[in-house]
This record gives sequence, C-alpha cells and structure tokens, in this order.
Amino acid sequence: MQDNSVDIKLTDVSFKYDGAEKPALQSIDLCIGKGEMLAVLGRNGSGKSTLGKLLNGLFIPVSGSVCVFGREIKNEDDAYAARRHCGMVFQDPDNQMVATIVEEDVAFGCENLGLPSEEIQQRVSKALDTVGMSAYSKSAPHMLSGGQKQRVAIAGVIAMRPDIIVFDESTSMLDPSGREDIFELALRLNDEGVTVVWITHFMEEAARCQRLVVIDEGRIVLDDTPRKVFADVKHVKDLGLEVPDMTYLAWELNNSGIDISTDILTMEEMEAKLWGLMSGI
Amino acid sequence: MLNNITLGQFFPGESFIHRLDPRTKILLTIAFLVCVFISRGFLGFGLIVAFIYMCAKVARIQLKFIFRGLKPIAVIVIITFLLNLFMSAGKDVLWKWGILSISVQGIKNAVFMALRLILLVTGTQLLTLTTSPIRLTDGLESLFLPFSKIGFPAHELAMMMSIALRFIPTLIEETQKITRAQKARGADFESGSLIKRAKALLPLLVPLFVSAFRRADELAMAMEARCYRGGKGRTKMRPLRYGRKDLYALCCVILLAGLILVTNASGIGVI
Repeated sequence: MQDNSVDIKLTDVSFKYDGAEKPALQSIDLCIGKGEMLAVLGRNGSGKSTLGKLLNGLFIPVSGSVCVFGREIKNEDDAYAARRHCGMVFQDPDNQMVATIVEEDVAFGCENLGLPSEEIQQRVSKALDTVGMSAYSKSAPHMLSGGQKQRVAIAGVIAMRPDIIVFDESTSMLDPSGREDIFELALRLNDEGVTVVWITHFMEEAARCQRLVVIDEGRIVLDDTPRKVFADVKHVKDLGLEVPDMTYLAWELNNSGIDISTDILTMEEMEAKLWGLMSGI
Repeated sequence: MLNNITLGQFFPGESFIHRLDPRTKILLTIAFLVCVFISRGFLGFGLIVAFIYMCAKVARIQLKFIFRGLKPIAVIVIITFLLNLFMSAGKDVLWKWGILSISVQGIKNAVFMALRLILLVTGTQLLTLTTSPIRLTDGLESLFLPFSKIGFPAHELAMMMSIALRFIPTLIEETQKITRAQKARGADFESGSLIKRAKALLPLLVPLFVSAFRRADELAMAMEARCYRGGKGRTKMRPLRYGRKDLYALCCVILLAGLILVTNASGIGVI
C-alpha cells in the first residue's frame, strides 16, 4: 500500500492556530519524494514554518492527513514515530541546544531514543565529524559562533539517523559565510541520500534546490523547478518575493527589448547568454 | 566579556578527586559532615582538618579558594561563637555581667561550634570545587532516581538544572544587549535613589522576561522535535560507573570516621 518513493504525503491539509481567525494553512497537497531537495519559499507569515512543523508532528492538522513513511499522524505516538524519521533544524541556534557541552547536546536525541551508550558515543563522534566540529566536542555552546552552533544542531539531528531533515529558516540568523556553510552541508547530506526540506526566504538558496514550492497566505501557489518558478518574474514579484539578481537582470533586459530568456539563475549562465548574444551580432 | 565565565565555583582538573564518580563524592561529603558532627575532641577536629588539607593537596586546589568560600558565612560563625561564649551555662564561671557570663565550658563550646561550621563549609566546598555542575546534576539525578517511584521528579529536576546552567550565559549576554539598547535610548540605570534605580530596571526586566519565555517555548519545541518524552526510556551517552578509585575514596572516609570514633572513646582532648 505504501509507495516507497514517497517520504511524506500531505493530503488536503489545513491548520489553524488556537484563537486565530484565519487558517495558517489551507488545503495543502504535497508529496515529498525520497532523496528530494525541496525548497519552501514564502514571505513572513505565509505559513511556511507551520508547514515544516506539520511534517514531524509538532503540529497536528485540523483537517486532512499528513503521512510520514506511510503512517498518518493522528496522535502523539504517531508524531513520535514521525520524528524518528524526520529531524528538524530550527532558526535560532541558541534556542535548540539543551546541554552545556557540545557532545552532550549532540547525544541528546540519541539518548531520547534509548540507544545503548557505546552506540551513542560512536554516532556522536561520527556526526561531529560530518559537520566538521570534532575539535569542539568538549566546548560550551555559548563559546561558539552562530554558524558553529547551527552545525552542532545539525549534528544532533544526523546522529539520530533520520531519513528527512527539515531546515526551518536555519540560516536566517547567520552571517553570509555561515549561511553558505550550512547550506552546503545540507546539499552534502542530500547527496548522501537524506531528503531535505529547506524552508527559507533567501532566493539564492531556493534557486539551488531541485524543486521549489512557493507558499502564500497559507496556500501552495507555485510548485516546480526553481528555474521555471523564477522565470515568471512578474508572478513571483506579485507574491511579494524577490527573484535572484540575475533573473531580475534578464527580465529587465527583456523589458528593454533585448531578446534574452528569463530562466537564468546564476552569474555564469548570464555571462554565457550575454556572450552568446554578443557573438550573434 | 563573559566568554570565559565559569559556572558555579568549579575548578577544572584531572586529579584523583576530580575523577571520582559524582555520586561517590556526594555520599562521601555527607559522611564527612556526619564525621564533623560526631567528633567531640581536639584530636578529632585535628584529624578532620588534616583530612581536608590532604584532599585539597590531592585535588591541587589552593587553600585560598577554599577560604574564599568562608566569607559569606563569616557573620554566622561570629554570631554563633558569641552566643555560645556568653550563653552557655557552666560551673566554673570566669566572668559575669547581668545575664551574660563566660565559663570554661562556654569557651570550649564556642570554639567547637565555630570550628564545626567552618569545617562543614570547607568540606562541601571541596565537593563543588572538584565537581562540574553538570556532573553534580547527573550524580544527584542518579541518587534520587529510586525515589521517582514514589513520585519524586528526579529526572525533571536534573533536566531543569542543566537547562538553567545552559541558559545562564545566554541570558547574561541578552541582559547586556538590552542594557546597551536601553542606554542608547537614554535610560539611566546608575543614578538616583534606590527606588528610582529599581524602577529604572523595569525596561530591562520586561524585555528580558519576554525573551526568556519565547526561548523556553522554542526550546520545548526543539526538544520535542528530537524525540524527547521525559525521562522514561532514556539512556545516557556516558553512564555513571563506580570504579576502583571510588572504593579507595570510600576506604579513606571510613578510616577517618573510625579514627574519630577511637579518639572520642579514648577521651584524649575530649571536652
């Protein structure tokens, strides 16, 4: 009955916060396939973080169904099962660290799973190695930079060996170099077979994912490859979002009568297109 | 800045005493406190002082760190001393004025009570100086775990302690940030009467509390997301294990207690 190529399946999901008038999410249908690198993009208050929290049972939908690995999340036990498959890295690196020592914090999730001590130690040292934080295993979290803390948080999640990791705006509080570090770490994990859901409001990051879902006012409004989504510059701008700089440049050039397609995402592509135009003259 | 803040008064080290199981240290500290109370003579107290000195040497802790901990209780020690000195009823009165009198017995009582207090504090000092707060918490959790059967929240208390320890530096940093932000807006925390200054703290405390609650909320969610369901079924990365050295430490304290009982019984130097 279960489709093995699908990790998470949302069917007609709606969610409303207690006391809120308008639902935060409305009739969401979404399939997240195994090994996908999916970006979720939306402006503030669009419901993108809410969507993330539905994926691992932190929130339980008001109506509709969320199935993680074929099991529908209906109560706390289902949610617990879902969380074993689906880890989550949050926005504020400070507010997701529990322990006063880095390695203890990485071990927290594994300890909750009730794994034997030796295995926890192995997993923790391997996870710290993966994120490049082995040298800091005995440090106190408050001695680390934001990017380092976020890497420790990721280590804590991967030590639990999840199949899916949801990054809920995990780079929005970091400086540009830390942001790039974390995103590349996510790409690497995706290469190793982990399904990644990358919730963000940075276009450049979204542009580098395989698939892009745009959420506005609690509904999925666009769902395609980033190239196709951003190519429709006017639509994206109407949703209150920016497009990558180069896409915007191509669009403006297009508007001023230069024949250049708008499905350009990076500087290199732009360069190639412009050289192509030059040689055509 | 606070980047090198040490929590509590833990003095890091790798000595024999540092490496003891925290449970051993807690239990032996209690045993030590009992020793202080059963000791009735100069010889016994001499043994205890020698024991503390030896422990400090083994743990490589300078004596001034131990004495530093006595400052807060200095007033209590002095009051205890004076009360015992003047109020003890003894036969051979040396000096009398109204209800106040000094007897030989009184002097002895006063000295011993003061000495007892000082030794109690220095003994517990040794525990907190050689055990990191997190190990201490682990030890307490493990010792109280049997009581969780009768509803004592051992794991929850330990978890709260460890989260509190984790967030102290974060909240200190935040306090500094808010203080600077409010100062930049013209807040004045330093001048004026006590009441005025206390009122000036309000714009500092309100944002601090709001942020602390927000942090607590997010942390709870992050813990849940990492499959936290309370203490049930949880394992530890580094479980506490008694070792040979714990046995040696136990022997030392038993020896101390034995010697004190012998000196008490022998009557030498006993008051």
